[in-house]
Parts: sequence; structure tokens; C-alpha cells
Amino acid sequence: MSAAPGTEVERDRHVAVICEGIDKRFGGHVALDGVDLVMREGEFVALVGKSGSGKTTLLRILAGLEAPDAGTLLVPEARTVVFQEPRLIPAKRVWKNVSLGRGRGAAARAEAEAALGTVGLSHRSSAWPATLSGGEAQRVALARALVRQPKLLLLDEPFAALDALTRLQMQRLISDLVEDFAPATLIVTHDVEEALLLADRIILLRDGKLAVEVAISEPRPRSLGGAHFDGLRRELLGELGVTV
Amino acid sequence: MEPSDTQVSAEVEGAQRATGLHLVTPKVRRHSTRPRSVTLGIRAAVLLVLFGAYWLVAIKVNDVNKLPTPREIFDHYGTLITGQDLIGNFAISMSRAAKGFAIGTSVGLVLGTIAGLTAVGEEVVDAPMQILRTVPLAAMLSLFIIWFGLGDLPKLLLIALFCVFPVYINTTSALRNVDRKMVESARSFGLRGPRLLGDVIVPMALPGILTGLRLAGSLSVLALVIAEQINSNSGIGAMLINANSVFEYTTVFCIVVLYGTFGLLVDLFFRFIEHVALPWRRGVSVR
Repeated sequence: MSAAPGTEVERDRHVAVICEGIDKRFGGHVALDGVDLVMREGEFVALVGKSGSGKTTLLRILAGLEAPDAGTLLVPEARTVVFQEPRLIPAKRVWKNVSLGRGRGAAARAEAEAALGTVGLSHRSSAWPATLSGGEAQRVALARALVRQPKLLLLDEPFAALDALTRLQMQRLISDLVEDFAPATLIVTHDVEEALLLADRIILLRDGKLAVEVAISEPRPRSLGGAHFDGLRRELLGELGVTV
Repeated sequence: MEPSDTQVSAEVEGAQRATGLHLVTPKVRRHSTRPRSVTLGIRAAVLLVLFGAYWLVAIKVNDVNKLPTPREIFDHYGTLITGQDLIGNFAISMSRAAKGFAIGTSVGLVLGTIAGLTAVGEEVVDAPMQILRTVPLAAMLSLFIIWFGLGDLPKLLLIALFCVFPVYINTTSALRNVDRKMVESARSFGLRGPRLLGDVIVPMALPGILTGLRLAGSLSVLALVIAEQINSNSGIGAMLINANSVFEYTTVFCIVVLYGTFGLLVDLFFRFIEHVALPWRRGVSVR
């Protein structure tokens, strides 16, 4: 079991993300309104919020896919995204999808195979993406993100389209991989339990602003039992407008 | 952007210095949101520059029989309209091209649909089509005359043949590339036969089909030059051939300009069709 990320450890870690006063508008609609966020290496942050609260917009800005209208943004060069859908290139075999842009040689293949091994898909290395199941495809997408050794891993509701069992396996897998690779990780999710299961810190976005922040110091892997988690869950769901 | 936006505050700067990671502000690839007027302006400017360059070269060459100036070409149109009934011939040619296009693309669409949608259709249709596709039609004019006489029929058939293949090939491959998952889900909602075709398969194959139609559009006009060699007494294709054989190069240039203008109009027409028929593509395509 790894040491709980206490405050002392936190301070020692390198800063991996700095957002200051990030604004983003789409037409007249304000998606993000003065968002400040600092993340450290190895920190796992979950971004929760209702649909349209600006979660995905913030992730896309951190990924460099969207430009903020105002504010300061500093992120590591090595950052990767796992999108909600796998976005594998159907014309390339699984391992080539993983090694996309990293060369064609034996070294690139070995690297891709190794990444596929960490997500438990060595046996599908030569398969075509169209023949994969949803969970397998999403694991390939994860391997593709990890093979680049990101300093910032961005996950945009990566398990949303998966069945409950695959989802549990994927959550466990992410939890383990993030412990091993220790990038700064931001997961966008609307699933409060998923956030509680994975994150060191949960940030709730409301109307484009950071509304609530909850730190969780329990070590991973976690199981969500007990009064503490129940309380947190109720609190967060309450903030999201759901009474339980 | 305001300077305050780009300046990193002291606190952030300190944090960045403390970090061992090299942090950057990502460069974002912005989507082109230029107004239509700018796009049209650029297109017009390119044409104007090419036009100007041609004019300069033509003045430099200074030989109406080698490279007539735009002025000389323009003046010559008057002679062609009064002396050789350019407008009447143009109308005849356009009508032939349109009829040939209609016949050829219809056949191409039907055969392409058959070959694209069914395995048996492909087995029956595809091999003969691939053989016919490489037949050098231009060299078979006399056969066409023997078979179909000297009237409009052999001309229309020739133009039609030129139009069949691009439509056939593009339709077949577009239909074959329709996402099986979409078809499957539509089937699960009870769509069958013509409705499945009309509501799901054709809309998704339309970009490819339109590419075929676009190619056929320009080929139908190019084919005039070959088709109107048959009893070459009418049409701009015939005028072009005749002018060539008697070294009337200003006439040749006049008709080539007509062709170019027509090509531009055909392209604009299909762009418009794509704009109307494929509104969903705008948010999907690379740009």
C-alpha cells in the first residue's frame, strides 16, 4: 500500500498544471468563468458537474484542443487524452494505433506491446479495431495514452459507454496504472462514486466556476463503504442537486 | 489579447520555477471561421492574378496566332457569334451534354447501387464494367457511326459512356463504405428496402456519390469534343475541332475559355448541391 498523499508529500511534488483565471465563451454562452486550478505530479483530480457545467471544455483547454478566451495556462508538453469514445483509427491494427506517430520499427512495436500488456491486451495486438469490444477498444485508447509517458493524463468520461462490470475493471486498472506511472491525472466524470473511488481531490464545476473542492486522503485502491464516503457522496450529490 | 492575459503572475511564475517539469502554454489549432466573403475574395483574387499573368505573357508574345490577348479573344467572340452562330452551337452542345450526363449518371447510379449493395450484384456487374471502363472510346467513333448512324444518338451514347464510370465507381465504393453499425441499428428499428436506402444508406454515401457526379459533370463537356467529331457540323466541340484543323487558334482559345467558364459553373453548382445536401458534414470534416 502506498503512503497516503499527506500535505508534506504534496508540497514536494512538482507542479504539473497551472490554470489562472481561465475564461471560455461559446457565442453568448459562458462555459468557463475564471477557473483557477493547480495540479501536482501524481495527483489524481476528478472534475464533476452536471451536463454543460464546463467540465469537458476545461479538459479540452488543458489538452490544447481549445483555446481559452482569457487566462494563463501552463501544462506539460507530454499530455495525452482518452476520450469518451476510443477514437482508434480503423485502418490501423491495434499496436499501430498505440504506436501512432512513434515510428514503425521493432522498438516502437515493443513499446506498444508493453503498453498493451499493462492493459491486459497483448493477445489483441494484431487485431483490427473494429473487431474489439467496447471495453477492449477503450483499453487500447488508454494504452495509446500511456505509451507516451504523459506528465498529464486527461480522461474525458472514459468509462461512460462501458458496461458496469467492464467499468469496475477499468476503474481498477486506471487506479493501478496511475499509481505506477504517476502522471498528473484529470478525469472528467458525472459519476460521483467513480470520483470518490479514484481521485485525491474532487472538484465540482457549476456554471463554469469551481464550486466545491473535496480532498480525499484514503489510499487507493478503495472500496466505497462506511460513513465517511457516504457523507461525501451525499454532500457531492447534494451540490449537484440530487437528494439521496 | 491584453498584456495582462499573457503575463504570468508572480505567484504562477514562482510555482513554475519550483516545478521540475517544463510547462508550456499549448498552441491551439484554430478552426477556420473566415466569413464566406473572404473565401470568395481569395478565389476571385487567384483567378484575377492568373488572368493578369496570362495577359502579360500574351502581350510579350505579341502573336495572335500563338497566344491571343484577352482583348483579341474577347473581340473574336463577336465574330464567332455573328459568323458561326456560337450561341446556337453552345446551346446544342449543352443540351447534348445534359442529356448524355442524365443517361450516363442514371446508368452509373443504378449499376453502382446494385454492385455496391449486393454481393451478387457486384459479381455480375463489376467485371464487365471494369473491362468497359478501359475501352478507348475515342478510337471507336467509326463503329459508333456504323451502329447508330450520324444523328444525335451516337453522340449522346458516347457522352453517356464517359459519365457512367466515374459515377459507377464512386457510388459503389461510397455504398460499400457506409458504416455497417448504422445500417444495423436502422434495421433494428424496422427499416427495410427503399426506406433503409433512402433514409440511411444514401445520405451516408452521398459525399462519394457527389464526387462521381462532379467528375461526370466535367467529363460530359469534355466528351463533346469526341462525340461531335461525328458528322461535325454543330456544337462547340465540332467548332473546336474544325478551328484546330484550319489553324484558327483565336477560335480555339475562345472555345477553351468557354469550356473553362463552364467548368467553373459546374463546380459551383455541385458545391451548392453539397452545401444543401450535406449540412451535417460541416461539423465533421477536417476543415
